[in-house]
Amino acid sequence: MAAHTLDATRRDFLYVASGAVGAVGAAAAAWPFIDQMNPSAAVLALSTVEVDLATIQPGQQVVVKWRGHPLFVRHQTPKEIEAADAVQVSELPDPVARNSNLPDNAPATAANRGLKKEWLVLIGVCTHLGCTPTGFEGDYGGWLCHCHGSQYDSTGRVRKGPAPANLQVPVYSFLSDTRIKVG
Amino acid sequence: MSGQSSYTPRSGLSKWIDQRLPLPRFINDTMMTFPTPRNLNIWYTFGGILTFCLGVQIITGIVLAMHYVANAGMAFNSVESIMRDVNYGWLVRFIHSTGASMFFLAVYLHMFRGLYYGSYKAPRELIWIIGVLIYLLMMATAFFGYVLPWGQMSFWGATVITSLFSSIDQIVPHLGTAITTWLWGDFAVGDATLNRFFSLHYLLPFIIAGVVGLHIWALHVPGNNNPLGIDVKSPQDTVPFHPYYTVKDAFYLCLYVLLFAVFVFYAPDFFGNPDNYEPANALVTPPDIVPEWYLLPFYAMLRAIPQKLIGVLVLGGAIVTLVFIPWLDTSRVRSCRFRPLMKQFFWAFAVDCLILGYCGSQGVDAVLFGVPLIWLARLGTLYYFGYFWVLMPVIGLIETPKPLPASIAQSVLGDSATAPAE
Ligand code: HEM
Ligand code: FES
Repeated sequence: MAAHTLDATRRDFLYVASGAVGAVGAAAAAWPFIDQMNPSAAVLALSTVEVDLATIQPGQQVVVKWRGHPLFVRHQTPKEIEAADAVQVSELPDPVARNSNLPDNAPATAANRGLKKEWLVLIGVCTHLGCTPTGFEGDYGGWLCHCHGSQYDSTGRVRKGPAPANLQVPVYSFLSDTRIKVG
Repeated sequence: MSGQSSYTPRSGLSKWIDQRLPLPRFINDTMMTFPTPRNLNIWYTFGGILTFCLGVQIITGIVLAMHYVANAGMAFNSVESIMRDVNYGWLVRFIHSTGASMFFLAVYLHMFRGLYYGSYKAPRELIWIIGVLIYLLMMATAFFGYVLPWGQMSFWGATVITSLFSSIDQIVPHLGTAITTWLWGDFAVGDATLNRFFSLHYLLPFIIAGVVGLHIWALHVPGNNNPLGIDVKSPQDTVPFHPYYTVKDAFYLCLYVLLFAVFVFYAPDFFGNPDNYEPANALVTPPDIVPEWYLLPFYAMLRAIPQKLIGVLVLGGAIVTLVFIPWLDTSRVRSCRFRPLMKQFFWAFAVDCLILGYCGSQGVDAVLFGVPLIWLARLGTLYYFGYFWVLMPVIGLIETPKPLPASIAQSVLGDSATAPAE
């Protein structure tokens, strides 16, 4: 009888142990098949783009492509700067700056939306579902997204609609007064 | 009606096969002698039509894949070359692109049929749930397919639909973005995305075929429901599937193919969007992006909600709701023929889906008779959810159904049904 009990426990042990090893093995084997879909190192290798600002007049916007997305570079007029400054952060649906050059919790003041007041550099991807908003449209002097009606003001801060966040400001720097490097 | 097998092998060879692989027996029992209610109407022919549609998509799809190039730089031109250069390429592509719409038209009629006659009620809950799964797989397949020609609608449709997952950021920060990046294989929809969508577009129809097998297997346990919604009680209530329903199905299939052909030959771009004849451009979103017609009601619900996460949850919830219908309907009676109250709400629901579809097809700030369409869409969304989650359970409890006929045979044949069977 004793031998019989011993057998049963040994069998139980083998049963549980091989099951556990099998489960861990299956999970480990699944990972490469999941991770292969992530961007490869070649894609991740950060790309940068330089933009010449000299030709962009106040009130104009140019669109360049960066990492597959449109990038808005906009030269603000003094009037636009004044209007943007007048907005209180407390009126904004998204109170944080969304500026990759600043800490995550920086408030969404007009000044925090760029490095220099007259220049705006934004990723042109609506924070709702990724359409490209159209410039100089909508009620806030900024952008209107035709996909589902989100509106952004002249500094790209969301003011209306399903979009939850301000347009993202990418990492960029001024190489000279008339040249920036993005990325 | 998984009764006794009625198969008797006639030759020595068929006997030999029957003992080793009883496939002929299986075909005989499921497709020939299978006892089927004698009162099935036109709305019961869509199952066969759907199987046909799946076959058409697979055959034309395999042909298209012989000429299509899944590369962001070449996809658009390869589809143009299918249209202009490949022998009969235009025909095969138009059958495939029209076929997707004919497939969805059939599946919607098939689903509304089930709703009206209470076909989801016990013991057919799993048939219904497997059906919802097929519907989901169809939507995924059609979405992946729509991306392949790499036109403007392909690109921006792919962007918007994959971005639905980014709403998860509002529950778990960064998780949603991580999922979209994983889906794209890049910072944005691009070549990597196109390639994997092609791979999945090729795969999913075969998975659908497998799940259709389960659907029919589950159907063959209790047998068909019928317009009266009452159970089969005696052999008099049924006729063998062949030739009665093989011929009936074939007849209506011919009519359906006729309609299909009218679109393929006379209005091949009827269901398409002209913007998709413009190559994908990552810098410019077309002013009016709309999904294919079969997704418009859900799109209207998404847009009716001014908050991202809630909008996405409503969109998903509208589809997930379908799974619960078997338990939301509390009525003892299946068919709406005998449910005077539910019948009216059913038709209102059908109209509601059309209204939602209309709202989804219009621009964001469209106005109808002075009313912003977004409010119409909100009302429509409310009715959609109210129909399933409130009306179905409540009406089932308070409604007095009309008296049910004693049997299918009596209802079809009148009193002669009481005469002894021939
Ligand atoms: C459930 C079945 C299927 C559905 C609903 C479906 C749907 C679609 C749709 C909507 C398109 C875009 C049509 C257009 O605008 O040009 C498409 C394209 C395509 N499909 Fe399918 N498809 C199915 C099965 C298949 C299968 C089985 C294959 C391959 C074996 C396939 C291969 C292709 C190819 C190569 C294209 C790109 C060429 C083109 O755009 O015409 N499809 N599909
Ligand atoms: S993507 Fe811009 S509002 Fe939806």
